[in-house]
Amino acid sequence: MLAFTLRRAIQAIGVMIAVGIIAFSMFRFAGDPVNQMVSLDTSGAERAAIRQSLGLDDPVIVQFGRYVGNAAQFKFGISYQFRLPVTDLLMERMPATLELAICATIFAMVCGILMGVYSALRRDTWLAHAFQAISLIGISLPTFLIGILLIYLFSVTLGWLPSFGRGEVVHIGWWTTGLLTLSGLKALIMPSITLGLFQMTLIMRLVRAEMLEVMRTDYIRFARARGLTTRAIHFGHALRNTLVPVITVAGLQFGSVIAFAIITETVFQWPGMGLLFVQAVQNVDIPIMAAYLMMVSLIFVTINLVVDILYTIVDPRLRSTVSRAH
Amino acid sequence: MSDAVVQHKVEQRGPREARPSWLKRALDSDLFYSFRRSRITMIAAAVTLLFFLVAIFASWLAVQNPFDPAQLQLMNSRIAPLWTADGQSPFLLGTDEQGRDVFSAILYGLRISLVVGILGVLFSGALGILLGLTAGYFGGAVDGLIMRVADVQLSFPAILIALLINGIAKSALGNKLDEMSMLGVLVLAIGLSFWVQYARTVRGSVMVEKNKDYVAAAQLIGLPAPVIMLRHVLPNTMGPILVIATINLALAIITEATLSFLGSGMPETMPSLGTLIRIGNNYLFAGEWWIVAFPGFALAALILSINLLGDWLRDALNPKLR
Amino acid sequence: MSVGRSLFAATLAGMLALTVTPASSQTLRYANQGELKSLDPYTLNESTTHAHLGHVYEGLIERDKDLKIIPALAESWETPEPTRWRFHLRKGVKFHNGDPFTADDVVFSAERVRAQGSNLQNRLPADAKVIKVDDYTVDFVLSSPNPILIGQWDVWYIMDKKWAEANNAVAPTPVAATTPSYASLHANGTGPFMIDSHQPGVKTVFKANPNYWKKPEHNLKEIVFTPIASDATRVAALLSGEVDVIEPVPIQDIQRVNASPNATVLSGPELRTIFIGMDESRDELLYSNVKGKNPFKDVRVREAVYKAIDVDLIKNRVMRGLSTPSALMIAPELYPLSKEFTRPKSDLEGAKKLLTEAGYPDGFEVTMDCPNDRYVNDAAICQAVVGMLARIGVKVNLLAQPKAQYFAKVLKPGGFKTSFFLLGWTPATMDSQNVLHDIMGCRDDPKDPNRGEANLGGYCNKQLDELTDKVLVEADPAKRDLLIKQAFDIAIKDYAYIPLHQQALAWGVSKKVKLVQRADNQVLLYWATKQEE
Repeated sequence: MLAFTLRRAIQAIGVMIAVGIIAFSMFRFAGDPVNQMVSLDTSGAERAAIRQSLGLDDPVIVQFGRYVGNAAQFKFGISYQFRLPVTDLLMERMPATLELAICATIFAMVCGILMGVYSALRRDTWLAHAFQAISLIGISLPTFLIGILLIYLFSVTLGWLPSFGRGEVVHIGWWTTGLLTLSGLKALIMPSITLGLFQMTLIMRLVRAEMLEVMRTDYIRFARARGLTTRAIHFGHALRNTLVPVITVAGLQFGSVIAFAIITETVFQWPGMGLLFVQAVQNVDIPIMAAYLMMVSLIFVTINLVVDILYTIVDPRLRSTVSRAH
Repeated sequence: MSDAVVQHKVEQRGPREARPSWLKRALDSDLFYSFRRSRITMIAAAVTLLFFLVAIFASWLAVQNPFDPAQLQLMNSRIAPLWTADGQSPFLLGTDEQGRDVFSAILYGLRISLVVGILGVLFSGALGILLGLTAGYFGGAVDGLIMRVADVQLSFPAILIALLINGIAKSALGNKLDEMSMLGVLVLAIGLSFWVQYARTVRGSVMVEKNKDYVAAAQLIGLPAPVIMLRHVLPNTMGPILVIATINLALAIITEATLSFLGSGMPETMPSLGTLIRIGNNYLFAGEWWIVAFPGFALAALILSINLLGDWLRDALNPKLR
Repeated sequence: MSVGRSLFAATLAGMLALTVTPASSQTLRYANQGELKSLDPYTLNESTTHAHLGHVYEGLIERDKDLKIIPALAESWETPEPTRWRFHLRKGVKFHNGDPFTADDVVFSAERVRAQGSNLQNRLPADAKVIKVDDYTVDFVLSSPNPILIGQWDVWYIMDKKWAEANNAVAPTPVAATTPSYASLHANGTGPFMIDSHQPGVKTVFKANPNYWKKPEHNLKEIVFTPIASDATRVAALLSGEVDVIEPVPIQDIQRVNASPNATVLSGPELRTIFIGMDESRDELLYSNVKGKNPFKDVRVREAVYKAIDVDLIKNRVMRGLSTPSALMIAPELYPLSKEFTRPKSDLEGAKKLLTEAGYPDGFEVTMDCPNDRYVNDAAICQAVVGMLARIGVKVNLLAQPKAQYFAKVLKPGGFKTSFFLLGWTPATMDSQNVLHDIMGCRDDPKDPNRGEANLGGYCNKQLDELTDKVLVEADPAKRDLLIKQAFDIAIKDYAYIPLHQQALAWGVSKKVKLVQRADNQVLLYWATKQEE
């Protein structure tokens, strides 16, 4: 058990190093950051001086060494655009992204489970078909289009919900939250739905499939034979058995929710890490891009590791043969 | 799973007996039965087929070649669809900012989207199957390595991978990055971001299958590993692979559209459906809804149909759900 | 200010008794496409940053609503001799932290703006001497006369010497700063607004300065600035009333905004000239199917390209009427003799004939570089140009890229790697000399390495350079304009560039807000008033 955990942890570190190499090498190709920092009529000599002061003229291996050394200490340098430590910028933006991702996941789970259970138990009702249809539309339209349509409907036409930003936020230590103000809560609605729709579809389909499968198993038949009420069977037994894989999938998907927030944050001008990343890509802000990739990978690797360990605790047989891709 | 053995025997019986029964076998199969039973699946299949056909015959159906700048007349820009008061023949669904006929652009864009999607899926499938077979069959260190690479891969969502490959391609190809090589880059990007699922699925099946008697038998008679894997193990995993491939085709097309939104998709001179939506998106508030609505509808209908087919395939191939 | 305000109120008390509201009571919310990246006024020579910081800082001079130079921190100035400028400073002005404004601050700012790391070094020649005559008089002594010395001083903001010294901000924050600097996160100017809070890239709050030396023209308590990069979201925020002012409004959305009950669009010509250039210097184009020679070196080919492009069609279709086709490489507002130039009509037949004469009866193939997120509808303009050139047989492969990659490729540090391109230019000095020197001057001039800095096509005509040098030192405005005309005539005869148009600027403004639009596209909200909510 300990050896297994240790091996997984070492593998996770290996993964992080690999991500570091990929991230770093990507930035070698991302365009010249100096052009973004100065105006058109800045002289060549000035540009050269800036390049030198950034160390962009050093050999690649020196630049990489410097990068890894700093990254290990959570130092990602100074953003080219903002002239602030990247770590501070990311920390400042992280609450926005995490709040959005958590709300989106909660939305996806609540709606996904309810819709999934309903459409499994009442397979042939029109509402079940409607849920199926909604869920299919959810994965058939690009996220950005859904976001724009929501804005058009609820902000511009109806004027109910804000079209951008987080509304008013409250500071709690270094954390900022939009959950404690009315405008903050209203601002969360559309981005959460946009971001969560895809996960909702996944979860709904998973719940439906698992429920259908569990309902056929012998022990549900036994439960029926024992004369338990339908409700007790459905929710006490069937749903409870379904929830384990659902929660696992939702957990594993959390990393990609954060990554896919890039698009949602761009559409809604949500001041999170994803927006910071997109703007960094546009402005070739290498330190931010590097740090963002490392951060997302770290979150992902951590979740993976935790799930792996929990799995082995729950069921040692499941160790590494189980396929977790959904 | 004992079917597998039977199936092999059938194959080895020689072509003469197998050939005449092929169509009949297909029509009698459970798969076809479940297909015929589901009306929605039949509609989805018809729509998908229609989309493939119009994409193939785009140049006969379109009134102009939207990829040829000499055929675009700026004079004809922003014409509303034919049935509205401002409509003009021959622009059935209106024109966009550059005088591009929206109907023709959808046909050609569909072709690009499908090509990117299909090539992306084929590429990721081939890569994933190869790696999955290798990992599953050999196990041990090879397996560990491949699965760790898969982990790294998974921590980069498709969007980030595509941005990465895009950046590398732009730098490597420089100005030679024209429309066709951009298409190649997208295929590469999408292919490299979707292989993990295939690999994991195939690996899982292989691990189950390789302990079966028929594999041991094949090993005993001295068949080399690649032959065993490709001819005997792989056919048994085709069901789930087909399901993944269908669903991934829809995902690949959407990913291409999203990349377009972030400015890394097909260029505007050779627009895919996704690029058309991104362009049209800018004219939504201006009331020129047809520039985005029709490509959006086409994309949604295409993906919906493919997803429905994928769903049906999954249910049909999963005996437990029947 | 409170004294002035109450006096003013008292005189009008009778008439306005009912309408007079407490001064500075409104919050104005403003969204721009770009971000405010640094509060240090010498870090970035970029017009949006200058506009933001213009609320907080002030220069010795400023430009009024019509861009005329008027006194600001300097009450008056004179040039006792052509190389000596004397400035008389305004008395009683205080920085936001209470420090008085004196000649020491001007001398300090003159050193700081020219120091290593400043992006605004061209505001003042390196060899100019800045001498404090007394607390409220400063002399600038130049080595050679320069009639346009103060042309860019409206955005050379004066900083507080004492504050800078106390906060370790004497050196300007370089654009490539590797450590965070105090001055890039804090500001202490003399302007009508003070920074209340600043969250880079998210939100900046400006509060009205209660001790401002001038009677404010605004009625604002604070300005809340948020960057919104996505066009659709920005427009939606205006339409739904979540923000009061946005810049820019995409031109296709202008009608929609005007049709809404909440907002209207203020539009007018901008000073930026959008133009097309060709590689006229290499012996073989980098990106073309013509080998061994460069078609663009032949003036007939350049003329043919010029004549194949229909700017009016671009104006009507791509720009929806919101552009001013231009015969010159400078906006008419910036050059009095502009009216004497007219743009030749487009002429497809003539263009084809010219190409045949030049030996390209079937045209040729070339790649065009184009930004797709820099100018109004830039990629759409390029696409239209591609279509127009296709009609004379020139096959253009369009490479439209985000500005980061585009500029990295085509500018000097990237080695001018382009054969055919679209670019926009606003002369920072608001003067033709800058156009002649920076984009039409010969590259690689040993005496003046900065000449032709942004001349991406490498056009070179020594005659034009000589005229440019004369323009720089000529003090008589009428003579100067004539010299400029001669130089522009040469460039036109050579078909050095293909000017397309001046793009229109479009701001979305809530109906509750009144503000002034200046042609340099600086959104200056100290001229804004907002109705009571």
